[in-house]
Amino acid sequence: MTDSAENLSRTPLFDLHVSLGARMVPFAGYEMPVQYPLGVLKEHLHTRAHAGLFDVSHMGQVELHGAEAAAALETLVPVDVIGLPAGKQRYALFTNEQGGILDDLMIFNTGSYLHLVVNAACKAQDIAHLKAKIGSRCDIRVRDDLALLALQGPGAEAALASIAKDVASIPQSFMQGARVQLSGIDCLVTRSGYTGEDGFEISVPNAQCEALAKALLAAPNVQAIGLGARDSLRLEAGLCLYGHDLDTTTTPVEAALTWAIQKVRRTGGARAGGFPGADVILGQLDDPTRVKRKRVGIKPDGRAPIREGVELQNEQGQKIGIVTSGGFAPSVNAPIVMGYVDTDYASTGTKINALLRGNGAPVAVANMPFAPHRYKR
Amino acid sequence: MTTRYTEDHEYIKLDGDVGTVGITHFAQDKLGDLVYVEQPKVGKSLKQGDDAAIIESVKAAAEAKAPVDGDVLEVNQAIVDDPSLVNSDPENAGWFFKIKISDRAQFDALMDEAAYKKLIG
Repeated sequence: MTDSAENLSRTPLFDLHVSLGARMVPFAGYEMPVQYPLGVLKEHLHTRAHAGLFDVSHMGQVELHGAEAAAALETLVPVDVIGLPAGKQRYALFTNEQGGILDDLMIFNTGSYLHLVVNAACKAQDIAHLKAKIGSRCDIRVRDDLALLALQGPGAEAALASIAKDVASIPQSFMQGARVQLSGIDCLVTRSGYTGEDGFEISVPNAQCEALAKALLAAPNVQAIGLGARDSLRLEAGLCLYGHDLDTTTTPVEAALTWAIQKVRRTGGARAGGFPGADVILGQLDDPTRVKRKRVGIKPDGRAPIREGVELQNEQGQKIGIVTSGGFAPSVNAPIVMGYVDTDYASTGTKINALLRGNGAPVAVANMPFAPHRYKR
Repeated sequence: MTTRYTEDHEYIKLDGDVGTVGITHFAQDKLGDLVYVEQPKVGKSLKQGDDAAIIESVKAAAEAKAPVDGDVLEVNQAIVDDPSLVNSDPENAGWFFKIKISDRAQFDALMDEAAYKKLIG
């Protein structure tokens, strides 16, 4: 299906993006800013050096209310939700019966309910999935009335503090959250994001989103950043993009996301299994020989970017994998790649080739992240 | 010196029988920040429309095509070393390669500046 302008949605910041000179493109059913006049490269570097403001209002926000909400959600994700303390956030995955990934998401425990953030392209199916599977056990509230901003970079904390009513109310470390008054607006703020930098995600009512965005952009060294730089930032940080690096045929073990599966949900844990595809996923965790392919970082020897869909080959010219994300990394000043390779080729340093314009370009399996994470711990 | 343009947004500036080829300001703006350029080999014979240089931006891969038939005389190493030159000065310092043209009629049939400006609106 191709997006036509008539059926695309707009976020509450559409007019602001246009007034800032953004180039708008269709993305996951929305008209979104891919870049501003500064350009992808400089927007990327600005975020790593100062602070970037991203409109991520296209993402879905869903609340789960009720005493059983955490227990119910645990039946859909291989993650410890019951043990998630109030004020804390955790990364999670919706899995299917085959152990594949339906979507990746963030879960925040507000203390009185769970606040979920899901991918834009998956949100309709995620909401249907939640309603069908756990709708009888908790109250599912889709918050279409909320927008979402991400403020990322080493200058994010100072920018947020400049408009906070009470600086002490700002969450102090990575994956914590709290309600914070920003420019007089009551917001839900988590100290998280998808760039590898310290920063915040701010859930704000649609009606007040533009006022908040303008207040943040008025802070020193805060620049509006488009989806282009968001993608290069997350790739440098080694973070997966659903639909590219993760999909329904990829298990969390193959995707090297085992850190997201807490001990309590693994074999021998107090609440082991009990999520879709548990036999496959726990089977792979318990017996690594069942894992046939793995997500790895890859660094090309040359300067040419290698992009999604490029075939990876061993030195004998046999196909051993595929690139799922790739491009130029401005902070590394080199091309970087994420992809899947047969397990035999997954160790760091393994030399393989990428089939680029008919020729084998030498590349090597590399550690991720490509740019160090700078979360505030 | 006369300049002509292609529908693929290359320009060619002709001086005698030597054409200097590059991509237009419009093209670099559409591509976004360039991060990689691979030039044709000096001496290579190109046919009109052949992929001559490989261009990669932060967003996508593209090619600079040969606007006319001819042999590559010289390539601009400066844009290989610093692809951002193509963004900052596409029609001067950011040129790609020089080509010895073999068929002047091909050049004359390309768009002039007025026609190209009309194309890009």
